[in-house]
Amino acid sequence: MAQRSIAHIVKDAGLAALVALGVGAPLLGLKTEAAGRGLTLVPRPGLLLAAVAAVFLGRLLFCLFLAGREAKAGRAVEALPRIGPSPLARVGRMVAPVLLALALFLPLLPGVGRYEIDLGTLVLTYVMLGWGLNIVVGLAGLLDLGYVAFYAVGAYGYALMAKFLDLSFWAALPLTGLIAAAWGILLGFPVLRLRGDYLAIVTLAFGEIIRVVLLNWTTLTGGPNGMSGIPRPTFFGLPFSMAGGEGTFAGFFGIEPSPLHRIVFLYYLILVLALITNLVTLRLRRHPIGRAWEALREDEIAARALGLSVVAVKLTAFATGAMFGGFAGAFFATRQGFISPESFTFIESALILAIVVLGGMGSQLGVAIAATLMIGGFEVFRGLDEYRMLVFGLAMVAIMVWRPRGLVASREPSVSLGAQRAIAAEHVAEGRG
Amino acid sequence: MDYALQQLVNGLTLGMIYGLIALGYTMVYGIIGMINFAHGDVFMVGAFISLIAFLLLGTGGITAVPIALVVVLALAMSFTALYGFAVERIAYRPLRGSFRLAPLISAIGMSIFLQNFVQVSQGARVKPLEPVVQGGFILHQGEQVSVSISIMQILIILTTLVVLAAFTVIVARTPLGRAMRACEQDQKMARLLGIDTDRTISLTFVIGAALAAVAGMMYLLYYGVIDFFIGFVAGVKAFTAAVLGGIGSLPGAVLGGLLIGLIETFWSAYFSVQYKDVAAFSILALTLLFMPSGLLGRHEVEKV
Repeated sequence: MAQRSIAHIVKDAGLAALVALGVGAPLLGLKTEAAGRGLTLVPRPGLLLAAVAAVFLGRLLFCLFLAGREAKAGRAVEALPRIGPSPLARVGRMVAPVLLALALFLPLLPGVGRYEIDLGTLVLTYVMLGWGLNIVVGLAGLLDLGYVAFYAVGAYGYALMAKFLDLSFWAALPLTGLIAAAWGILLGFPVLRLRGDYLAIVTLAFGEIIRVVLLNWTTLTGGPNGMSGIPRPTFFGLPFSMAGGEGTFAGFFGIEPSPLHRIVFLYYLILVLALITNLVTLRLRRHPIGRAWEALREDEIAARALGLSVVAVKLTAFATGAMFGGFAGAFFATRQGFISPESFTFIESALILAIVVLGGMGSQLGVAIAATLMIGGFEVFRGLDEYRMLVFGLAMVAIMVWRPRGLVASREPSVSLGAQRAIAAEHVAEGRG
Repeated sequence: MDYALQQLVNGLTLGMIYGLIALGYTMVYGIIGMINFAHGDVFMVGAFISLIAFLLLGTGGITAVPIALVVVLALAMSFTALYGFAVERIAYRPLRGSFRLAPLISAIGMSIFLQNFVQVSQGARVKPLEPVVQGGFILHQGEQVSVSISIMQILIILTTLVVLAAFTVIVARTPLGRAMRACEQDQKMARLLGIDTDRTISLTFVIGAALAAVAGMMYLLYYGVIDFFIGFVAGVKAFTAAVLGGIGSLPGAVLGGLLIGLIETFWSAYFSVQYKDVAAFSILALTLLFMPSGLLGRHEVEKV
């Protein structure tokens, strides 16, 4: 790209401002206000002008920045994609143990209170969901936009088992995983033949179907009112009770009862669950089934020609991913004590998928970092209230444009002959479903 | 019987609205092979711009209905087209040639952004509009129920058919249509032959958004209330319609829209309103299972 003159850049920014004026004029420039029975329009020229000015300046600075970078780097900027580990991946060797240590000792750190531990629990829930979805999307290359369905199945599965069968959390946990896996297979069957975007949209439809059913099957699920009074988890049979008598957690260990006990316990519970997800994924990648997933992602036809059963491979990926979603769902139900279809909307699926893609499909560390950034960012912007989702949507676009391959854009091969070399993500196929 | 006929009329109308949105999906999917996830929200933006245009005309004192309709249509189409242009420019063009999931994620981001942009700038409450087009005809007077068709319904059906005809001609006969079909077949080759592919793709988005604006205006006039969330469900259903009709095919999109509209209306009328979305989505899964290329789509041969 040739260097651009200042006049050119100003003209470009002017055009951008013009588009912003057109885009903003009806919706920013005028506000519909309820008045009497109908609506009236309230003009907001100040807001519109501010927005146009912001776009003009932003575009101007952006173009100047680009021009400056081009001038510095000479003309060969776009020539060669960088192969080999990105700086982030090199630092990655240190990042993973540091993050793990931080996660392990978070509740013991000074200055960490109830709020921080709760936030940590939330982040870890999404890390676990991200790792679970990563099996389907990152490893097997199947694009799933309805992952939240399995999360919902796990949550409602536990709530219903607790209500009707009187099962405790620990008895129900393995069952929720099994049920979610069964649902994964059930939903996986019809979509076996679909590829790419079609798969995405059908999984989205399945997610919506499950939500609509949960919303309307009032006799079983309570409909929009949700289910409350879900039993809280026990310390392997010892309930966390403030009474502190015999047979409670505090009483058994002879310590002062504190509401913090349960919160810390929940934190470690989700940490362990997430680490199990990670461990299983890492081990499965070396297992024949994991290699089959990756082979399928790289080239379905070649994989089939080599004798892999596409049906079995795809269904195991769906089932394994769904199982972890189910575990996370059961955890969510027991942590909240209350669930409703509100928690299982498409936005959740999009968020989890965004975490996986942003993390750099298939990279375990990337998913963890992305989940921390996303959920942490969400918390930071909590004060912004309704602007939060606005920023979130914009950030999703910006990050994709900036790093389409995600934060950790290089991968260690699962299996290699001789020395392991990182591969740039550009060389990893994303699968056509 | 009369009840069923009435449902048929209602279903046709709803189906035409879906068909209009589906046209935008099918054109964009045809040309760059991506699901423009934000298209449903562009439709919603179109409905809001129409609403604002109606209110503007109301304060301006223009009350003649036909003039108002034409002016609002023109305003909504041009402003929404600008949205289509901006969305493509910001979220999709930088990702062209990138890996396949990237534009999808950025489209989802754009969809979330547009929804919340409208929510923040216009408020989350539902927006009512007093009926603009009134009146209708009674087709058949039965003993208990009568079959009627409102002028609005006729307007929607006619508009969709006219738009469909116009765009079929554009794609089949004009240089732009030729460029679009060339990009669809092979972008690199089209570029080698001197077609400005970026411009062609951009125009496709602009046209798709303008169509969504027509649908948005019809939706606003037909239902009389809109909010910032109407785009998501309508978008998914319109995409279902596009797939059902055979993605890439313009008549297919409208046909698919009609089928979805009819299925949904009859399902609501005879089974349950709550599960109408389930019916529509199940149709999508069934179609893809048994007829992956849709009703009017071409069968794709995979070459290795």
